[in-house]
Amino acid sequence: MSETTAQPLKLLDLANPARFLSLAGMLLPWLAGLSALVLAIGLTMSINAPDDYQQGMTVKIMFIHVPFAWLSMMCYTLMALAALGTLVWRHPLADVCAKAAAPIGAAFTALALITGSLWGKPMWGTWWVWDARLTSVFVLFLMYLGIIALSRALDDPAKSARAAAVLTLVGFVNIPIIKFSVDWWNTLHQPASVLRAGGSAIDPSLLWPLLVMALGFTLLFFTLHMMAMRNEIWRRRVIAMRRMAARKADQSEAQPA
Amino acid sequence: MSHLAFVLLSYGISLAVLLGLVAWLLIDQRVQRMELQRLEAQGIRRRSQKAQET
Repeated sequence: MSETTAQPLKLLDLANPARFLSLAGMLLPWLAGLSALVLAIGLTMSINAPDDYQQGMTVKIMFIHVPFAWLSMMCYTLMALAALGTLVWRHPLADVCAKAAAPIGAAFTALALITGSLWGKPMWGTWWVWDARLTSVFVLFLMYLGIIALSRALDDPAKSARAAAVLTLVGFVNIPIIKFSVDWWNTLHQPASVLRAGGSAIDPSLLWPLLVMALGFTLLFFTLHMMAMRNEIWRRRVIAMRRMAARKADQSEAQPA
Repeated sequence: MSHLAFVLLSYGISLAVLLGLVAWLLIDQRVQRMELQRLEAQGIRRRSQKAQET
């Protein structure tokens, strides 16, 4: 019984902004170093990987395209969970998490679209088609832009947090649509070849570089996200302190000398 | 364009976008840190800081 009551307290401790700042300060150098190391190993493996028998050397684009696409969906899922944290528990750190993640998610989604297009031109013969996968990822990119705009539209972060959280949750229907679009509709984009029933359809010589790159970019994502969250906490402190400075100046003006 | 050009363009654009993201975060970090220091030098304290000091 005592264990069940102690656990939420510990979680609340971690969600304390001051505690988060000291944790971030401690973890960030290690996380950044580890991302750089894993990405360096992944890049070396990618350069040394053999060419695909059909795609030739353009398969190397897949080593970055696939991780970007995975992370674009993971980031949105993280934001949807944070939106629940904002709406259900009303925790300010949940909003900081969602607000900080949005621009990073948008960047990864844009990169997935750009690298996919640069692969599509030589392999499909076209930069872009409006098939279900490509269109749903484009909609995801627009959702990110909408959330970025909304979460920065109002002066009071608490008000914009609720609005952005509702929009994020509504937009979450798009995530299963993206994932299963290749099964539900006849798309030019190929169906899943890594996470699928019956195991990966990719040869180990190409699968391993892909997985290491995916791990490296995931570490990079969490490094950037932690940096962005720390910046956002500091930004809110600055705003709070400016308000106090203004109030103090007001009071000293009101008092006759 | 040759296949190599498409590969190099993909990696080049990705590197540029990610470096831009890192640069933006570092600049933002510097701006917020300096502003916090400036306000603290003016003697502004947050309520939680006051509680810690007393």
